[in-house]
Amino acid sequence: MRFRDERVTMAHGAGGKATQALVEDLLVPALANPALAELGDAARIVAGGAQLALSTDSFVVRPLRFPGGSIGELAVNGTVNDLAVSGARPLALSLSMILEEGLEASVLRGEVDAIAAAASAAGVSVVAGDTKVVERGHADGMYLCTAGVGVLDPRAELSPAALRPGDRVLVSGTVGDHGTAIMLARGELGLDAPVRSDTRSLWPAVDALLDAVGPALRCMRDATRGGVASVLNELARASGVAIVVRERDVPVSRAVAGAAEILGIDPLYIANEGKLLAFVAPEAADAALAALRGAPGCADAAEIGEVRAEPAAMVLVATGFGGHRVMDQLSGDPLPRIC
Amino acid sequence: MRFVDEFRNPELGHAVADAIAAAVEPGHEYRIMEVCGGHTHVIYKYGLNGLLPDNVKLVHGPGCPVCVLPIGRVDDGIAIAQHPEVILTCFGDMLRVPGSKLTLLEARARGADVRIVYSPLDALRLARENPDREVVFFAIGFETTAPATALTLMRAKAQGLGNFSCMCSHVLIEPPLRALLDDPDVRLDGFVGPGHVAAIVGTDAFEFIPRDYSRPVVVAGFEPLDLLQAIRMLVEQLRDGRHAVENQYARTVPAAGNRRALEAMADVFAVRPEFEWRGLGSIPHSALRLSDAYAELDAEQRFEMPHARVADRKACRCGEVLRGAISPTECRVFGTVCTPERPLGACMVSSEGACAAYYNFGRFECASATSA
Repeated sequence: MRFRDERVTMAHGAGGKATQALVEDLLVPALANPALAELGDAARIVAGGAQLALSTDSFVVRPLRFPGGSIGELAVNGTVNDLAVSGARPLALSLSMILEEGLEASVLRGEVDAIAAAASAAGVSVVAGDTKVVERGHADGMYLCTAGVGVLDPRAELSPAALRPGDRVLVSGTVGDHGTAIMLARGELGLDAPVRSDTRSLWPAVDALLDAVGPALRCMRDATRGGVASVLNELARASGVAIVVRERDVPVSRAVAGAAEILGIDPLYIANEGKLLAFVAPEAADAALAALRGAPGCADAAEIGEVRAEPAAMVLVATGFGGHRVMDQLSGDPLPRIC
Repeated sequence: MRFVDEFRNPELGHAVADAIAAAVEPGHEYRIMEVCGGHTHVIYKYGLNGLLPDNVKLVHGPGCPVCVLPIGRVDDGIAIAQHPEVILTCFGDMLRVPGSKLTLLEARARGADVRIVYSPLDALRLARENPDREVVFFAIGFETTAPATALTLMRAKAQGLGNFSCMCSHVLIEPPLRALLDDPDVRLDGFVGPGHVAAIVGTDAFEFIPRDYSRPVVVAGFEPLDLLQAIRMLVEQLRDGRHAVENQYARTVPAAGNRRALEAMADVFAVRPEFEWRGLGSIPHSALRLSDAYAELDAEQRFEMPHARVADRKACRCGEVLRGAISPTECRVFGTVCTPERPLGACMVSSEGACAAYYNFGRFECASATSA
């Protein structure tokens, strides 16, 4: 996929095909190195005897606080989760803050408290940081950037290319909560529904999975931007397999299903901030699901589909109505349909 | 969800599919056009093609509002958006429709203030909140969305909002259907009528099809079971040698339509002598402009626009897709040069466009059916 655009548009940040073109056609060739080329959620670094994972993420959410979380919590959990699903126990984070001139100190204090609480809950330390202030009108209040380092867990043998026909697809809970909570919190839609962001550390869920099935776990991903659909497409391509999702088995809360129905958006494309997808060898699927359901915040975990050989590099949905459709990667932002 | 799940019941779906199979004559091909892009979307979203007998072919119609908008009209919208004082508001689908050089999304990346709204009333609110800006609503859609635009304009006029105007690109359903039925290259046996349009204009507005063209019409709702039921009603009419307008969507659509909405439209709009349709050419009396009583709110009178007629791109066969003359995959650029990411033609933009629906949901239909 080529990066041919004359200008950056919002689509380049939406996690779909335009983002993929920017990463794979511009960044990877320019920065060429094997750790980056894997394009995992975290890079794997071997130094001396240490097996480390490194990841970074930036956070530009509006509004800063929303039902179920805030930008500070996202900044910690986002990077922690990138490490966790890469099979690394999160150790330490750095934190860069870009603050807008005029930001109220109480807002800043609130976010620093949120960061401290989320770090403590996730068992990581924030050990380094940086602060910049930009002129009014330039940063939507605050932008945050975290980088995290973790230790690769010896129980994990994960690779996006490891999926085999027959493998099962598990999701750690209801999908679409975070993205829906943000859309509703912006107040532009005039909809009101009890939807809360699902932001949380996924390390306990990963730890439970590794404990229960170890090497039978092929790969994990957290389904953030672009939702479950984007993760499945990425892995179907990386492994050269088909993935079939049973729409009826995908856990979606009633409020998210209702909001998505009104907006004409498929919950499988909506962002999550505390949900992982796990790909497991068939014989270990039941044990993995049981372990996952025992992890905090994962009571609604479910098996939602399986890996097939054909058609390679495609994701199919078995619809609740008995038909099939292709579930492609997102093109640009999900734009509500008009009628 | 109540009133939704009932219409997605797979057991009932299979029962209706069986009834369709029982009603069709083997060896005879049934070409049924779903007029509305919303129906096209549902057909692919639920994989309904896979539930129909092989000899029932669904042909996608011209009822996707962004798909039928000509390139020149998109250019006009971009020209307005490039005025520094303007906030151009439109529905989300419009943003990626290719004009001759840019899309509205690309115009936005170059500094134009283009904003998505979910209702024309949101545009009115923006005008109130930004008294020093000119807020223009780029109105598109068939009779479905035109009443909301009409009510918004009535409100704007009553409030005396001087900084609000409307670029009216609303179109009408009957003229393109007549154009299709008059086209000797297009063979259609029956129509799934557009339920949302019919909720405004009524089922009576489709009586011209059986009367003048001897084809059956069944107005349908937008759940998978609605569509299957409508197809069943159509093939049963064909089996019995009947052609009438029937109403599958009676829970929403009255025969005479929505009188208040029609009155508002008659007040606010006037029929244009002709309007250019993407792929279908110029069709007389097929679109709406603002009536003289609302001329002061007409963006076409307030702003300079190029008003250029721009030919559709040569490689793009949207016109034939919109007429149901070819299926999306028969277009050479489908899925190669033309993708939802970089649409060449408008049918690839909106999720209601036949090409985008086919690309997103329907590719490898056969592969999915055999492997699943």
